[in-house]
Amino acid sequence: MPNGVRTARRRWLLLTPALVILLFAATGPLLIVLVYSFLTPGDYGGVVWTFSTDAWFNVVVERDFFDDTLSFADAHLSIFWRSVKLSLVTTLVAFIVGFPTAYFIATRPRETRDMWMLLIMVPFWTNLLIRTFAVMEIIRNEGVINTGLIQLGIIDAPIQMLFTEFAVTLGMVYVYLPLMVLPIYASMERMDFSLIEAGYDLYASRWRILRKVIFPLVKPGVVAGSILVFVPALGAYVTPRVLGGGKQLMLGNLIELQFGQGRNWPLGAALSISLLAIVMVALFVYVRSAGTQEGRHD
Amino acid sequence: MTKPRAFDVRRQSGFAFVALCCFVLLYLPIILLVVFSFNAGQSIAIWEGFSWRWYVSAWQNEKVQDATVLSLIIATCASLVATSVAVMAALATTRTGTFRGSALVFGMINQPLMIPEIVTAVALLIFFAMVKVATGYTGLWYLIIAHSAFCIPFAYMPIRARLQGMDLSLEQAAADLYGTPWRVFRMVTLPQLWPGVLAGAMLAFVISLDNVIITEFAKSAGQDTLPTYMLGQLRRVVTPEINAISTVLLAISVALVVAFYLLSKSKKQ
Repeated sequence: MPNGVRTARRRWLLLTPALVILLFAATGPLLIVLVYSFLTPGDYGGVVWTFSTDAWFNVVVERDFFDDTLSFADAHLSIFWRSVKLSLVTTLVAFIVGFPTAYFIATRPRETRDMWMLLIMVPFWTNLLIRTFAVMEIIRNEGVINTGLIQLGIIDAPIQMLFTEFAVTLGMVYVYLPLMVLPIYASMERMDFSLIEAGYDLYASRWRILRKVIFPLVKPGVVAGSILVFVPALGAYVTPRVLGGGKQLMLGNLIELQFGQGRNWPLGAALSISLLAIVMVALFVYVRSAGTQEGRHD
Repeated sequence: MTKPRAFDVRRQSGFAFVALCCFVLLYLPIILLVVFSFNAGQSIAIWEGFSWRWYVSAWQNEKVQDATVLSLIIATCASLVATSVAVMAALATTRTGTFRGSALVFGMINQPLMIPEIVTAVALLIFFAMVKVATGYTGLWYLIIAHSAFCIPFAYMPIRARLQGMDLSLEQAAADLYGTPWRVFRMVTLPQLWPGVLAGAMLAFVISLDNVIITEFAKSAGQDTLPTYMLGQLRRVVTPEINAISTVLLAISVALVVAFYLLSKSKKQ
């Protein structure tokens, strides 16, 4: 047997167990979701196996129950909009906090940098639900902030922070912040500080150095960090459920509703594929921009 | 002669302050959560003295006991399965060039990292519902397989990284000495690979232990793990018992992550 064929056969044999598991519990089910989005909802959940594109129409338009007129599905669109808006705000805030933090770590002595990064990453590897819950305990009406402010006599009644868009955004910034710091730090660590020195020799101000020297050098890291925060924020489920309390629904919660109370599995499937499509576009933009960046440096 | 004041080119005004705030904000909620798990009172905001009562009440809560056992079973099985198949996959895909279908393989392995978890969760809900109707089996294996699948990339990454840094010549020498492929793997490759395998298994264990969304959607009735039990409890009046459970879970995760960090540090040397 020629050597090449044997290597190829050995490779696929070794890959088979992993691929079978992934096919069974990741890739395969995803294809079924795509199929379900073109079926008709059953009366008590589930589907009827008749082809229909209603689910896809229902993502954006509503058919009036009585006179069959079409109108925009305001409820869905407002949830889409909230998801995009809160994810963008989350990404922006994470950048505003994460960029200086990454810079701070990158300018520490070499021996201590790993320790600082470990401090950033440890919370990230702990339970998402627990971290969300920790935020909830602080901002709820009986929480530390409100109790403290009342005892200090600054306010009389607790400020309602929980179950608002503010709470959801705060929670998402809190849980996804490490994803912003990590790639920015990675590109800052490789940065050549003599370029900054050259800038100062040419009488640039600190702000100008930051904008014209540092930022362009670490831009790939910023793009990576923004995508890494934006993508999970857009698909967030736990944080809006716990901190939004069923009022501040995001896409993830809207999808869940279709499989619970809504009993419209095809619509849930179509919404899932829509979310997936947005995420894929974001990832595609990321891969493209990472590619052109590398090309420019070579 | 006066010495000119040192000009630090690295300094940016305000950055250290923001960074400090960032670290404080990152840890403050977690520290408060842990502190109030030791509260003697019912409150999560007013300190009434130190007590172990919430740990005792969590320990004696039968639902918590069941959920803990289930979480540990699933995390153990899933990390074992994920790590074993990840070792094989890493052996197949490392130290070779691109091969036909490599893009598809990497796409599949990394799928759990790219696809929003809620989408995978819904997909599993649909698929497992079909399989449950077809086979009548509603046991634990659905959750174990589901967890194994999303743990694979986390187990795969450190193993692959370790393999890439390994010296091929030892294995070639062993093969030249007529070692069978299995013997070469067991006696030469695996001992060198071991830190990566251990790191991968620990990461997979943590990821499985912490999972909420996929478990919530893929579980059958009565199959609550600790995170899904906690999610269910949040609707009710919250007592520090939840804090006590959280603290224990946090301690396990932090211990494993720090161990993972030390392991991956040791391999650089």
